[in-house]
Amino acid sequence: MEAAAMNWTVAVPEIALALCAMAILIFGVLRRQDATFLCTMLSLGALLLTGVLVIGGQTGAGFGGQFTADAFSAFVKLLILSGSAFALLLSLDYNEREGLARFEYPVLVLLATTGMMVMASATNLMTLYLGLELQSLALYVLAAFARDTLRSSEAGLKYFVLGALASGLLLYGISLAYGFSGTMDFAQIARILASPAHASAGLVVGLVFILAGLAFKVSAVPFHMWTPDVYEGAPTPVTALFGTAPKVAAMALILRVMIGPFGHLLPHWQLLIVLVSIASMLLGSLAAIGQNNIKRLMAYSSIGHMGYALIGLAAGTHAGVRGVLVYLVVYVFMNLGTFACIIAMRRQGRQVENISDLAGLARTDPGLALAMAAFMFSMAGIPPLSGFFGKLYVFLAAVQAGLWTLAVIGVLTSVVGAYYYLRVVKIMYFDEAQPAFDKRGASLSFVAASTGLFTLLFFIFPAPFVGAAEAAARVLFG
Amino acid sequence: MIVAIAFYAFALILLASAAMVVTARNPVHSVLFLILAFFNAAALFLIAGAEFLAMILVIVYVGAVAVLFLFVVMMLDVNFAELRSGYQRYMPVGAAIGGVLAIELLLVVTGWQVAPEALHLSLGAAPAAATNTAALAEVIYTKYVFLFQAAGLVLLVAMIGAIVLTLRDRKTSRHQVIRVQTERSAAATLEMVEAGIGAGIGTLGIYRPLPATADLEPADNDPHADDPHADPVDAAHGGGAHGGSGHHAPEAR
Repeated sequence: MEAAAMNWTVAVPEIALALCAMAILIFGVLRRQDATFLCTMLSLGALLLTGVLVIGGQTGAGFGGQFTADAFSAFVKLLILSGSAFALLLSLDYNEREGLARFEYPVLVLLATTGMMVMASATNLMTLYLGLELQSLALYVLAAFARDTLRSSEAGLKYFVLGALASGLLLYGISLAYGFSGTMDFAQIARILASPAHASAGLVVGLVFILAGLAFKVSAVPFHMWTPDVYEGAPTPVTALFGTAPKVAAMALILRVMIGPFGHLLPHWQLLIVLVSIASMLLGSLAAIGQNNIKRLMAYSSIGHMGYALIGLAAGTHAGVRGVLVYLVVYVFMNLGTFACIIAMRRQGRQVENISDLAGLARTDPGLALAMAAFMFSMAGIPPLSGFFGKLYVFLAAVQAGLWTLAVIGVLTSVVGAYYYLRVVKIMYFDEAQPAFDKRGASLSFVAASTGLFTLLFFIFPAPFVGAAEAAARVLFG
Repeated sequence: MIVAIAFYAFALILLASAAMVVTARNPVHSVLFLILAFFNAAALFLIAGAEFLAMILVIVYVGAVAVLFLFVVMMLDVNFAELRSGYQRYMPVGAAIGGVLAIELLLVVTGWQVAPEALHLSLGAAPAAATNTAALAEVIYTKYVFLFQAAGLVLLVAMIGAIVLTLRDRKTSRHQVIRVQTERSAAATLEMVEAGIGAGIGTLGIYRPLPATADLEPADNDPHADDPHADPVDAAHGGGAHGGSGHHAPEAR
């Protein structure tokens, strides 16, 4: 391969993050005791360093087109990095109290993040698969990290088995796409598909399988069944991670694959995305109503949110992609904040997870109740909180693309969804007070406060985010 | 001619040993037949000119996978007889499904038309200039170096995961401390005893080993330890087990 096409410097952030992860791993192994806190801090430093490298990084295609760094990947990577960093912060206090403080935890988070960043930059089906597997494998282990509790082991095993199935579907799709197009490169697939004659049935079937594999990762509806159990069983900071960074990475991958190589097949996949989106929104809003466990509630809520985000993709337009990206930003921060509040739910040294445990929180801990209320209102999409703007952009894109049904169903399901979000607020503010929670760690307060401020004040400064999303979306249609 | 003979010989042994894998009564024999099958498959690869695949098959499948199977078979208490118990009962159904599949395959294969240009593609030899190991290395470490390294990271995650989920540091497990072992001097464990000329072992009695170090082996609560006049026969028989009692004087007189 000629040196010019290698251009390995585009992957410097990923390389740096992987090297940092390995260095921290060796440090943790040699240090043996009490390395967890230090390793977590070093990992946060590594994420920060990677973020700086992403911002200042080179753009362009590297490794003969297998890997591309552009505005889209930079946007997604920064979001992934901040999601991982906050999730790591959330784990500090929790892992200490639950006896899970082991230095492998931050290392696995870093390696998972590396995988997600590779996913964000993948412009080849092989890179896509390897990034996805790197991410997933680390997440399977993290789900089972509390290996002495039955539910965590169950969550890990369930996620692993179903994830392996999804990987199989994805690989089958990739093999079909490769077989019928003769290339794994996104740009070349796009070039081949530019003439409608080449859009053979095999390629379309391959596309459907690839979409199925990726939909599993974002837990969109026909492939959502793992979500509630895994969310409930995994240690809560891991659930916070599941709900944010991997969803962003997988959604970014769906955007890139659908708009990039398979963009010319829009008429073929649009209906599919519309159906998946509607089903996700319906299930997310209806199934969550009966939940008593707040982590399960968040699982159904994330299914619903992915449905809303997919509306933007269904539109298949520049505005739609921009809407999805804005939605992801808003979603990540309000989700992290909610999980900070959930991790703070700890009574007499034990984690409590029932919604009824929140009763009367407004009297025992007004600050936490206020933050939680803000996140719930935001998730319900009530203006002027950030969740409203996320929904606004995707609904606008759907309406502009003429997808009226989708937009109307979206609005209706978000009204239904508002019921269970507001029920949490009602329990916190109007129910008989339960005993106060244990004193929470400073890291939880920090995460809840910063994401809460973001959620509250997003309406003042949406411009930089929308602008960046606009630039990122333009890359895909460029 | 010789190649053809070798091919049929290896193929025949491969099929026979594969059949033995599933029919052998003893699971250890099954694994050994599996290893034989792997070796013959590797030989077939060699005949086809794929020496890299042949070596990988031997190293990975025989060296790692088959040995792992052996470990599993020998260490886990799996009742293989029970696993086979339904054989007679499910045989007809299995045979019927197999038969249907065979007929379908036959239909597909007979109706299959191979594209004329694909025929010589499939026989396309590896580039003569390089062995296929070198040819593989050339693309893996240049064109696909990113993917190769990413795959390495996936394996690293798998290793970390296996350790995280299974390695347990138990309080009761005994670790070998090499430093303590090598620093032990003879004086700490042996005692020189003057034995008079002509005096047999009977006059000296039985000597017990010295306690290695006091902190490694705390005094046990041996009922005989407190009683120097214990039954001599009992003390002599139990001598080895009561190393920590501190009595290394002759006891059995």
